[in-house]
Amino acid sequence: MFRDPRLARISARFAGLGLCVVLAACEPGILNPAGPIAAGERSIFFNALAVMLAIVVPVIVLAFAFGWWFRAGNTRAKHLPEWAYSGRLELLVWSIPALAIMFLGGIAWIGSHDLDPPKPIASKAKTMTVEVVATDWKWLFLYPEQGIATINRLVVPVGTPVRFRITSAGVMNSFFVPQLGSQIYAMSGMDSTLHLRADRAGRYRGLSAHYSGEGFADMNFFVDAVPQGAFDRFVATAKAGQGKTLDWNEFVAMARPSRNVRPASYPRLQPSLYDRIVMKNGAPEGEQAKDGREQ
Amino acid sequence: MSFTGKLGWDSIPFQEPLPLVSAAVIGAVLLGVFVWVWRRGHLPYLWKEWITSVDHKRIGVMYCLLAGVMLLRGFSDALLMRSQQAIAYGNGGYLPPDHYDQIFSAHGTIMIFFVAMPFMIGLMNFVVPLQLGVRDVAFPTLNSVSFWLTCSGALLINMSLVIGEFAKTGWLVYPPLSELRFSPGVGVDYYLWALQISGMGTLLSGVNLVTTILKMRAPGMGYSRMPMFTWTSLASNLLIVASFPVLTAVLAMLILDRYLGFHFFTPEAGGNQMMFVNLIWAWGHPEVYILILPAFGVFSEIISTFSSKPLFGYRSMVIATMVICILSFMVWLHHFFTMGAGADVNGFFGITTMIIAVPTGVKVFNWLFTMYGGRIRYTSMMLWSIGFIVTFVIGGMTGVMLAVPPADFVLHNSLFLVAHFHNVIIGGVLFGAFAGFTFWFPKMFGFTLDERWGKRAFWLWLSGFYLAFMPLYVLGLMGMTRRMQHYDVPGWHPWLIAAGLGALLILAGIGCQIMMLYVSIRTRKDRIDESGDPWDGRTLEWITTSPPPAFNFAVLPDVKGEEAYWGIKAKARENRRLSDRPDYEPIEMPRNSPTGIVSAFFATAMGFALIWHIWWLVILGFFGAWGTFIVFAWRDQAEYEIPVEEVERLDQARRRSKATLLDLPEEALS
Repeated sequence: MFRDPRLARISARFAGLGLCVVLAACEPGILNPAGPIAAGERSIFFNALAVMLAIVVPVIVLAFAFGWWFRAGNTRAKHLPEWAYSGRLELLVWSIPALAIMFLGGIAWIGSHDLDPPKPIASKAKTMTVEVVATDWKWLFLYPEQGIATINRLVVPVGTPVRFRITSAGVMNSFFVPQLGSQIYAMSGMDSTLHLRADRAGRYRGLSAHYSGEGFADMNFFVDAVPQGAFDRFVATAKAGQGKTLDWNEFVAMARPSRNVRPASYPRLQPSLYDRIVMKNGAPEGEQAKDGREQ
Repeated sequence: MSFTGKLGWDSIPFQEPLPLVSAAVIGAVLLGVFVWVWRRGHLPYLWKEWITSVDHKRIGVMYCLLAGVMLLRGFSDALLMRSQQAIAYGNGGYLPPDHYDQIFSAHGTIMIFFVAMPFMIGLMNFVVPLQLGVRDVAFPTLNSVSFWLTCSGALLINMSLVIGEFAKTGWLVYPPLSELRFSPGVGVDYYLWALQISGMGTLLSGVNLVTTILKMRAPGMGYSRMPMFTWTSLASNLLIVASFPVLTAVLAMLILDRYLGFHFFTPEAGGNQMMFVNLIWAWGHPEVYILILPAFGVFSEIISTFSSKPLFGYRSMVIATMVICILSFMVWLHHFFTMGAGADVNGFFGITTMIIAVPTGVKVFNWLFTMYGGRIRYTSMMLWSIGFIVTFVIGGMTGVMLAVPPADFVLHNSLFLVAHFHNVIIGGVLFGAFAGFTFWFPKMFGFTLDERWGKRAFWLWLSGFYLAFMPLYVLGLMGMTRRMQHYDVPGWHPWLIAAGLGALLILAGIGCQIMMLYVSIRTRKDRIDESGDPWDGRTLEWITTSPPPAFNFAVLPDVKGEEAYWGIKAKARENRRLSDRPDYEPIEMPRNSPTGIVSAFFATAMGFALIWHIWWLVILGFFGAWGTFIVFAWRDQAEYEIPVEEVERLDQARRRSKATLLDLPEEALS
């Protein structure tokens, strides 16, 4: 099919790339969205890719074609040893990328506003709030409306938009559930907002997408998107649990470094604990540096 | 306060055999080389002709050598990381987090600051004065100081392998993780002082080259006649001068935090971590253009030379270079869209980032049109160049995708990002460095490199790159984030094994490059570049001999038009004679000076002492470096004279070789 081995190689490469994308789409990653934000981001990803492939593929083909045709041994090729300027071509080479970028710039500007993390998701269901605290090296989720808290497991009702408030007890992390969409940094002393919604019931992987030290690789959690009834049962079970009330002292204790923490829950939650964590810039020093960290 | 500060026997990581063994091997190799050099009686030669040299060519070569050695170190780190991730599915692998975290931090730091930077600075140092038709850089001794300070930084980083530890924070030491509270060890201090010292060297080198290009050009070498590589070097060094002070300042603030209890970046006392992130990227983004612009210059020279055509759209290329130079300061926020700055801010920086793709795209098209209508000679350098165009447009494409804020919200910090920047840094900077090194190697040493091994190296590097990094794009789409010491997602495992195999292919490529050097040196007698112009070059470095005499040009060339040497060659061919025999004069050249290595010695001591809180040595090191400068400043003789007979003899030999090259009769010389 391809007489030129170079052409064969490049088409093989693109076939390979296509295959990769297909395979990746089956895996639970960002190409397999479970909510409107992730879906919006995926379509922007593909739009941007398509716009750019329209230029990139011809450029690659031209690079091989010119490289092959104008090889030194080819006497049939045009020879223009002095040709170094053409006003028309110059205009063209500035306009082609400029046009593509104007188009992409539009996508970026509109997309930034449509999918801005603090922007509420229009929805029939009432928005629910979950407060997220990144600690060394686990995730703490506070449910102020339900008065409970969980560690390394987040349960949300399907179809209900969730407003996440995100902060950190110490170092920077990034709160990220690939199948639900946008990540936002967790920073101590900062209160960041992110809106997500799960439209499909299921269990989704969440992780820290910003390196935070020795226990970083285990800083994973699960998001269980469940029907409203199941969510209510989850809250009821959590409230009936035996654990302690999550207050400031308990928070300071749980924020001490620990790795590979199993999911757990607190039956009661001190009101406005999250605000206090933000105000105090996370867990205090000394309490946190005792163990786990070096020296 | 103890005599050795924080340093004690417990600072040596006896419990970790890997770094100790590798350091022992490196130490044994270095000792072996030293003993060999010493026994063969080369030591005085090395000291007089290289170590204390202030000749820009020798310093350029030493920069490249440093980069090559550090590439081996940085690549060993890469192999460790790739093998760890290929193994660590559902288990802890063989590198504990404590060790793995140091490795990826060291890999990034070394590859950027001690491989890519010295390689590019080395090529610029060597080539720019030759292309400008001048005898040296503006401040030759300062040039030597810059180089040795860079070596100081490299040395300190490598010392951290055996004495203490390296940073476990990633290569940009984001606070609060890098603050004393979370990183009480010396690792971050090694990072900070190594970069402060080598950063000083880089800044001085930038000042030097900017001054050289702006103030010291051969007669007739106007801005619109400067070769493309010199233009990109100018842009790159302007960026160094403008951005490195930002790095120095932000690292100094972190030093104040760590050493004197300041609170620039500690949230618990009113500091702000995001200020660090902003400042470090205000340096960090121009930094990537500091690296890639000279590589663009290299490719411009190579594509034009081997297509036997002038560079297409020279003016467009110059404008594109300077546009990139300016825009590179307006995009830093795209490194942290996920900080949550808001839609307007993110949108603005997304668009400015994309705008950079316009001049870059122009460059790519112009390289293609340079090839159009040419007679392309497929040397290994041309292979690197076409490999670069293809690879770089893919890397550029994924870069623009990352610049779309909503796409970045899911791709940020993922392996997609890691694949992207390796795509542009390997496919752009490193390919450029290898191509440029092969291109100018005969000018450096007087003989060409073996093409067979060079081409093998290219194919292995290219295929190794694709095998190692295309899987990383896929993994990024699967939601795998960077810097994971282990993982438990089955779908990731095969891709990470593939990436590990890719790293092995690159290893084979590096093996071929070592073979290329070995074979070329063994057979150098058969590959001598008699003419000084082995590739039918177009710019002034090819008018002089290979290697050039200390003074580069007996008489500064008279530049008429773009492609100065091409014009001179064409005229000589047309007239069947060389230009008139010039009136030679004795030439004054700067004396060699140990200022560079002595001040770097004291700077290393000072850096080491600061890391370990050995305060008496800090004072000693500081005053030692200062004293070296005083001694240098009060020197009696700054220059030596090359007698006119010597100049004439060397230049007559050069003219004969040019006459032979151009096939001119004997009388053409007169």
